[in-house]
Amino acid sequence: MLEVSALRKTFAGFVAVSDVSFSVGTQQIAAVIGPNGAGKSTLFNLITGHLRPDSGQVTLDGRDITGVLPHQICRMGIGRSFQRTNIFPRLSVFENVQAAYLIHRGRGTNYWSRSSTFYHDDVEVLLTQIGLRDSARALAGTLSYGNQKQLELGLALASDPALLLLDEPTAGMSATETHDTIRLIERIAGERALTLLFTEHDMDVVFSIAQKIAVLHQGRLIADGAPQEVRGDPEVRRVYLGEH
Amino acid sequence: MSRLSSDRIPWALIVFVIGLSVPWVGSRYDTFLATQIAIYALFALSLNLLLGMTGLVSFGHVAYFGIGAYVCGILMKTLGVPFIVAFPAAGLGAGAFALVFGYFCVRLTKIYFAMLTLAFSQIVWAVCFKWNTVTGGDQGLPEVPFPDLGWMSAIPGTGHFRISEYFYLLTLILVMLCVAALRRIGQSPFGRVLTTIRENPERAAFIGVNVRGYELAAFTVAGVFAGFSGALFGIFNRGVFADYVFWSKSADVMIMAILGGMNHFWGPAIGAAVLTLLNQQITSYTEYWPFVLGTILVVLLFAFPGGILGALDAGWTRLTHRRGLPTQRNA
Amino acid sequence: MNLSFLFSQFMGGLTAAMFLFLIASGLSLIFGVLRVLNFAHGSFYMLGAYLAWQIVHWLALGGANFWLATIGAAAGIAILGGIIERLLFRFLYGREELYQLLFTYALVLILGDAAKFTWGTQQLSVSRPAILNGGVEVLATTVPYYNLFIIAVGPLIALGVWLMLTRTPLGRMVRAAALDREMLSALGANVGWLYTGMFMLSAALAGLAGALVTPIQSIVPGMDVEIIVQAFIVVVIGGLGSFWGTFWGSVLYGQVLSFGILIFPGFSLFSVFALMAVILIIRPWGLFGRPIR
Repeated sequence: MLEVSALRKTFAGFVAVSDVSFSVGTQQIAAVIGPNGAGKSTLFNLITGHLRPDSGQVTLDGRDITGVLPHQICRMGIGRSFQRTNIFPRLSVFENVQAAYLIHRGRGTNYWSRSSTFYHDDVEVLLTQIGLRDSARALAGTLSYGNQKQLELGLALASDPALLLLDEPTAGMSATETHDTIRLIERIAGERALTLLFTEHDMDVVFSIAQKIAVLHQGRLIADGAPQEVRGDPEVRRVYLGEH
Repeated sequence: MSRLSSDRIPWALIVFVIGLSVPWVGSRYDTFLATQIAIYALFALSLNLLLGMTGLVSFGHVAYFGIGAYVCGILMKTLGVPFIVAFPAAGLGAGAFALVFGYFCVRLTKIYFAMLTLAFSQIVWAVCFKWNTVTGGDQGLPEVPFPDLGWMSAIPGTGHFRISEYFYLLTLILVMLCVAALRRIGQSPFGRVLTTIRENPERAAFIGVNVRGYELAAFTVAGVFAGFSGALFGIFNRGVFADYVFWSKSADVMIMAILGGMNHFWGPAIGAAVLTLLNQQITSYTEYWPFVLGTILVVLLFAFPGGILGALDAGWTRLTHRRGLPTQRNA
Repeated sequence: MNLSFLFSQFMGGLTAAMFLFLIASGLSLIFGVLRVLNFAHGSFYMLGAYLAWQIVHWLALGGANFWLATIGAAAGIAILGGIIERLLFRFLYGREELYQLLFTYALVLILGDAAKFTWGTQQLSVSRPAILNGGVEVLATTVPYYNLFIIAVGPLIALGVWLMLTRTPLGRMVRAAALDREMLSALGANVGWLYTGMFMLSAALAGLAGALVTPIQSIVPGMDVEIIVQAFIVVVIGGLGSFWGTFWGSVLYGQVLSFGILIFPGFSLFSVFALMAVILIIRPWGLFGRPIR
């Protein structure tokens, strides 16, 4: 579904991503891992249009989406969560998700109707799915960190994506929270037949659900394959054992 | 939803009725002040579409006020066009300029955006100041005529009214219509999208919002309503002059919005009223109004960042021990 | 239109530019550190001028009057800046930029009236120091020595500030503070006093400029507003955060002002705003600026 070929990005002499190519199949759960600074976030930003690659290509279902603007990429069916929680703090949880629906369903140019009545049921369904229904009226900014991350997941899902990119979805979470979040993601990915690509530092998480793992180190792809292969790959072990 | 919003108590209706009664109940001077307040309230509310709703800090909003004033004034005085045509034309003219200027401004962010809005605004000022043939240059356009309000004498109980009082009624009605429109727009899906831009433009983009496009739309709409307020002002003021387009007026209207509370829909209107009344009072005692205004602003910024309505809201919350209320306007 | 005339216009533009650079460099400095465009910078400038006049008035000595007054004015305004920062401004750090901006605007209102209250509305002026009286004849036009002095001193002072910023440990800390205040604080640097110091330096530059302008221009209310808009334009054209951008922005501004009067007579008002608009349209972040995140 998603194919990245020969992507390269340099920042003022620093090579962030160098000749990275890999692909993610439809409904596959794939992970990108690597030590800090390996270029994972940059790679995500290149895929979602927040950065333009110096060279290389990104294709979605055969369509070239290299350098397409973020808001257009979103409409093409890619959803994304960000490393630092990215929600709308002074809007309520309900309004956060509702806004996503309004845009996705093309109501953004409606200047006249009262927005409060739109998509009430759909929002409730989604909130229930991500477990935030009880907090619907709370201001997003007042939620706990974990809940905010759940909300962010909700925002990404509201655009009805086929491919979901999650940037460190369990960062900063306790063991229980991590477990719950991963179960939630797995369940939703199954229910909605999503293709999932995520980055993670927590190796247990990665190996528990990823069907395919790509390993980045200093901007280069050093391994790419099923979890067993990657786990046994000597260079991966060197990079991680040397640094972890 | 703010406890002070109009859903439980019809504030707007109450204010409208009180406003309507001013020419009968109050003096000529009261009517004069009320007209001024109504006009500035609309101006400030139009700015708040950008400031409080979308998070766009514009230093150049007075340009559209001024364009509206000049368009209406020129059409009515120089070309003898009736008000019923000149008024919408003023809004459209201001909106057209807002669209063009805004197109360049929304490509920038934060302080650069603010500075470019200022640059365009000062260009408008300079042109108004110099273009003697059309805008009257530094002499301006004195004696802009009142619209033909003869038909209003049919309203019962107005026999003793002068034209300025009839004009006040017209202004009040037009302003309320514009304000109702602004409220509607703010509560619409479009308005909801604007608040997402204010809260987190990056995230907004990644739920599919074309941020620049929406900002431009907001900028244009705000410009149209600023133009309407300008048109009314030109007539009220009995003339249109370039110094009303100077950038310090942009600062004044921003202070009004913040004084009243930019997180509440009615905040700017309240700010306009309070500031106008304060100005009238204080300038009768002293020439040091800027000093007073500056001090008020400092107190606001340090102690009451949410403005008057923000403070009232917080106070009410404390009194009733309810949880913190949303301070955004669109609910 | 002859060479002599062009030259005198050019020199006029250069004087205005270097003068503006002296003022704008302080503005640029404070933006680099605090990320705020200080509206009150023009007020510091005006108060520097008034203070210089006041000092000259008090010391009825001969000769060294002017220089003493200039130093005194710069010092006085620095102290004023320090007081404002310590007692008021620093409580706004971390708040929305709009609030900081509006605070500086409130200062303009307050300080403007304070000046009006203290010195009235009449024009005041200070005479040139005797040593810089007269001028030199070049290309059939007289260039006043004082103007040459400004053209030399402006960049010199600004260069000094720039060297401090880039070559000294203090300067490095300032630049680090601009990038990541919390980090620097965690490393043990006293960021609070750093900010105060920078604010005072910036105010001193403005006050100095104000004092230096008194022989060429009369001191009037409104000079604060007039200069701040010009300084803003220069800093934005050059690119916020770029010191050399401010320099070239000033030069460009000076020449556009000088020659703009010839191309559009009576449109000098308009030409500098048009310049800013054009530059922001072509290069949205100014000539040497970088996108603000």
